[in-house]
Amino acid sequence: MYKRKLLASPFMVMILIGTIIPLCAIGYYGLTDELGGFTFENLLAIFEPDHLKALELSLILAAVSTIICFLIAYPLGLILRDSKLGEKGFIIFIFIIPMWMNFLLRTMAWQTMLERNGLFNSLMDFMGIPFVEIMNTPYAVVLGMVYDFLPFMVLPIYNVLSKMDKSVIEAAYDLGASKLKVLSKVILPLSVPGIVSGVTMVFVPSLTTFVISNMLGGGKINLIGNIIEQEFTVTNNWNLGAGLSLVMMIFIVISMAFIAKFDKNGEGGLL
Amino acid sequence: MRKGLKGIYIGLVLLFLYLPIGTLMVLSFNEGRSMAAWTGFSLHWYEEMFKSRMIVDALYNTFMIAITAAVVATIIGLLACIGIQAMSNRSKNIMLGLNNIPLLNADIVIGISLMLTFLMFGISLKYETVLFSHITFCIPYVILSILPKYRQLSSSTYEAALDLGASKPYAFFKVMLPDLMPGVVSGFLLAFTMSVDDFVVTHFTRGAGINTISTLIYSQVKVGVRPTLYALSTVIFVLVLIILVTANIISNRKNR
Repeated sequence: MYKRKLLASPFMVMILIGTIIPLCAIGYYGLTDELGGFTFENLLAIFEPDHLKALELSLILAAVSTIICFLIAYPLGLILRDSKLGEKGFIIFIFIIPMWMNFLLRTMAWQTMLERNGLFNSLMDFMGIPFVEIMNTPYAVVLGMVYDFLPFMVLPIYNVLSKMDKSVIEAAYDLGASKLKVLSKVILPLSVPGIVSGVTMVFVPSLTTFVISNMLGGGKINLIGNIIEQEFTVTNNWNLGAGLSLVMMIFIVISMAFIAKFDKNGEGGLL
Repeated sequence: MRKGLKGIYIGLVLLFLYLPIGTLMVLSFNEGRSMAAWTGFSLHWYEEMFKSRMIVDALYNTFMIAITAAVVATIIGLLACIGIQAMSNRSKNIMLGLNNIPLLNADIVIGISLMLTFLMFGISLKYETVLFSHITFCIPYVILSILPKYRQLSSSTYEAALDLGASKPYAFFKVMLPDLMPGVVSGFLLAFTMSVDDFVVTHFTRGAGINTISTLIYSQVKVGVRPTLYALSTVIFVLVLIILVTANIISNRKNR
């Protein structure tokens, strides 16, 4: 038995070198200045107007994208659950395929669509809607986030809805509940693990992205991810970048605590 | 009526998901450079794509990194599952908790933290640093796929094989591994996909001149040369589709 435990040692080494030490490295850089002296300055830098504005915008855009994803995915999950369209595995499959396509290509696709003479504006024109430039605005960034992360919301919600015990729902109907009541008092509460899992899987990547805002925001939309990325690749102020990452991680930890609270059995998981 | 509404809803979501990809595919066959006007059918963007050293190199790197990272991660993950399962409940929970960190962490944090670590220890960024980083974030997915299968496994068949005179490795490969195979395969595929799809971690841990498909697209999009990238998207999409449909058909057949 003792020997068998040793089989986990390569894993432990990898976790130590690949996860624990790197996290400590962020902590070290975030809490020191360029000369190696201890300081809170890099953390407090989040209160600088530019940074605060970026964090605020990140939180708003991530929240809006998450809500839109939920509003699209939940009805879809309900419809797919009841549908008799061929094999169930296949129909959900269609909604998941885009997830396997490189996400930069997916984002690039929207860049092309939203181009001044792109398909989006042609469609708007065709329907008689006056020209609106949405490229390089927060709207384009939200659109990109919803497009890129929608499958991450659809899958856990569909999983939890399709595994739900049908007899509970039938019982509610038999006891005289209306359709709306069944939805709000039975189906919705029972699907909370899937919803929480989906919300986290959309919210965290939306909050921390710098790619989508860069490609669809044309450098005009600065999210917290963009600020951090620039500290590492342009300005080369690693201490400040690490400090801001630590602040961002606080929000990730809050989301993780949130999911742990609601999804104790891991039933809403993606796998 | 209600049924029609549901159909329309499904249709709209599908349109939203596939219209952008479809647009890229159509434009990849467009003769001109235009992103809006159709000027005639042509395959020359495909020709140019396969002639481009950069794209071919990036494809090669992406594939090599993904396959190596997935193989190494699968081996480490499989061993880890056996080891973790032999531990006491307390250390098991600690291990699984540690395993969850990279899963739930934001990829920008993973990328930055690895980059800082490499540079802190004086390791310059190169191909190997990207590979190491990919192995790191692939392992948790492998463990998550194999561990549930390993838990369902009863140890009695393995012990029976030992009682009947099989050596430990023989019993493992002939008795235990076949039962774990579905988990191992799905873990491997998941690791492979995660590696191919990754941009952010590669972006921070790669050395100059090393490109994967993702980092190449990112740098190209800024410059604005695109029709070859449309051709690339089409090829990737069709490949993904073929692989996924085949995998789906195979697994459906096995289930029956």
